[in-house]
Amino acid sequence: MSDARENGDRGKQRTDEAALSARLQRLNEGLGHARDAAGGPSDSPDREQEQAATAAGYAKGFRLSSELVAGVVVGAGIGWLIDRWLGVSPWGLIVFLLLGFAAGVLNVMRSAGLLVGTALDEGSRQDPDR
Amino acid sequence: MQVNPIHQFEIRDLWPLIKLGGYQISFTNSALFMFIIVTSVSALLIGATSRRAVVPGRLQSIAEMSYEFVADTVRSSAGTEGMKFFPFVFTLFMFVLFANLIGLIPYSFTVTSQVIITATLALLVFFIVVGYGFWRNGLHFLNLFVPKGVPKLILPAIVLIEVLSFLSRPVSHSVRLFANMLAGHITLQVFAGFIIMMASGGILGWFGATLPFIMVVLLSALELLVAFLQAYVFAILTCIYLNDAIHPGH
Repeated sequence: MSDARENGDRGKQRTDEAALSARLQRLNEGLGHARDAAGGPSDSPDREQEQAATAAGYAKGFRLSSELVAGVVVGAGIGWLIDRWLGVSPWGLIVFLLLGFAAGVLNVMRSAGLLVGTALDEGSRQDPDR
Repeated sequence: MQVNPIHQFEIRDLWPLIKLGGYQISFTNSALFMFIIVTSVSALLIGATSRRAVVPGRLQSIAEMSYEFVADTVRSSAGTEGMKFFPFVFTLFMFVLFANLIGLIPYSFTVTSQVIITATLALLVFFIVVGYGFWRNGLHFLNLFVPKGVPKLILPAIVLIEVLSFLSRPVSHSVRLFANMLAGHITLQVFAGFIIMMASGGILGWFGATLPFIMVVLLSALELLVAFLQAYVFAILTCIYLNDAIHPGH
């Protein structure tokens, strides 16, 4: 039975993949048309742009790796300081470590360009009573 | 035969200057290499721009390319208004780039592998962002921490998270550069140590030593890329942070 289900899943996956690749191909064709329409006679600036994009990609990868850690470390540090100054150990560390994780994720999302102002706006519009 | 991979990061006093509050202030090898970096950057740029040829020579091309590169970076991430910070970003970029590149020369000292140097640079950027942000926008600068369209109920938590995220910037900014340079140089040194260890093991060792030697050659090429890339990342992050000071409304 599980075999059959697996087969079914696999079949579904395959159709999904086929649909996806077809869509990608269509998008590529569309992009090609748009490029032909807009682009000049030479493709050298295009390649230059591509190279710039690769360099920017490397830079982004290096950046993301440390953003999360920085957020957590700063959160933990502030929590520890608050514990020491106010004597509320261990609550400061707990709360600010969690906030630090959130800040780290926020850092990563922001530097990955996933978080633009509109995303939050849309979220609040969907459930306005909160 | 043992090679200590940390030895290259040791700071040595070259000649002592003064004693200040119990601390010995000396001219160290780190200071010497910073002096070399600043001198070589200045020499390159002054020498390159002295002729002012319409058709640039080799040296002038280097200067013009680095200007164009940094100017494009500043314009694309901080806008045209960010160009008033161009001298600052260009200085940072050239300093970090030359520190990384000069550090790759054998027996030299890598200034950017010291966290105190990168942290100082990152904190300089941080305080310029805070100072300029408040000077230009007044209290509106605090809007940076209040994203629009957040429900009032969770706003305090969001503001706290935003503040933490802002405070974590100098950490990630400095640690990234320092950790990349430190790790790269330790890896190089360890593989170079393998060569010596194997080569001291007779004729068979000489053949074995070619393997780490190939690795060292490849790693050197990688380090050259990393040296440039980290300088670029440092500059582009500076631009992004400066952009926040110029336009705090996200």
